[in-house]
Amino acid sequence: MSLYETLRDALRAETPVALATVVAGPGLGAKLLVRPDAGPLGSLGDADLDRVVARDALGELAAGQTITRHYGPHGEARQDEVTVFIESFAAPPRMVIFGAVDFTAALARLAKLLGYRVTVCDARAVFATAARFPMADEVRVAWPDAYLAEVGPTLGRRDAVCVLTHDHKFDVPALVAALATDAGYIGAMGSRRTHADRVARLREAGVDDEGLARIMAPIGLDIGARTPEETAVSICGEIIALRTGRHPPSLRETSGPIH
Amino acid sequence: MKDVLGEIERWRAAGRRVAVARVVSVEGSGPRAPGATMAVSEDGEAAGSVSGGCVEGAVLTEALDVLSSGTPRLVSFGYSDDEAFAVGLTCGGTITVFVEPLDW
Repeated sequence: MSLYETLRDALRAETPVALATVVAGPGLGAKLLVRPDAGPLGSLGDADLDRVVARDALGELAAGQTITRHYGPHGEARQDEVTVFIESFAAPPRMVIFGAVDFTAALARLAKLLGYRVTVCDARAVFATAARFPMADEVRVAWPDAYLAEVGPTLGRRDAVCVLTHDHKFDVPALVAALATDAGYIGAMGSRRTHADRVARLREAGVDDEGLARIMAPIGLDIGARTPEETAVSICGEIIALRTGRHPPSLRETSGPIH
Repeated sequence: MKDVLGEIERWRAAGRRVAVARVVSVEGSGPRAPGATMAVSEDGEAAGSVSGGCVEGAVLTEALDVLSSGTPRLVSFGYSDDEAFAVGLTCGGTITVFVEPLDW
């Protein structure tokens, strides 16, 4: 199997892979394909350079970054004879949506558009059906904490957890379990009054100030969203802004009416 | 790359040679991030894009050249390079594109 075919199969299977290519210097066009769970394939033309680039490429892949790096002919740092383009094909980021409500379908649809792998999870079997959420990659009937006990350890900075249940019985265990993950975004829907009540319940459940500060609630940017679709835009906008470090107005930073 | 796999596979299945052009760096304001890929078949079909449509025509020409010569090349397009290159980016940024035959 050629390097291209291995890359193609990894992309189709959505398994993480990085492709390093010499784009300037000796060995122009030479390639090294790097995978987290298997040895590298191909060569950039020098065993030492291969070793250094394989290590760097795994780091870039973990961060989901695509960049150009410079090396000496044998992988030396602070030299620039060889320019290597490292392209990361990370697995798609994930969005876990708790609550199989009206807003869930719109959020799942928009998240798919943005490239997320989407899971809808609700403990109520009547609502959590694939027929109601055909756009989701996965629909699970489970309590939020049970589901996160299973997948939580695999969530990372690029992943999002959105709690749309509006019901303390589900919200509180979902948020407590979400805070135990490394998810980069944790948001919870509900009015300001609902959230104030929820904060009290979260404190009772042992969540500290640091944990509470991670929760974006009321969920979304302050754009006056009303419909499920507009609300989905407001939530996804907030997720993007949090990732890029921008500060458009989030609802939690303002005090006026949400709609 | 993923968004052009379908076209690449179709061309390969038809026995056509393919070149790929990938954005490797962007300076200033650029419309597509590093990794954006345009694939070109030897008979001049194209899929994907490397900019907002500003330089695709020039990249197509580069890709066909690369298929003839068999040698990869690094090409820059930028607002300030109007003497060196006939096409530029209207947004004022500079993009560097690596163009190579898909023979690996």
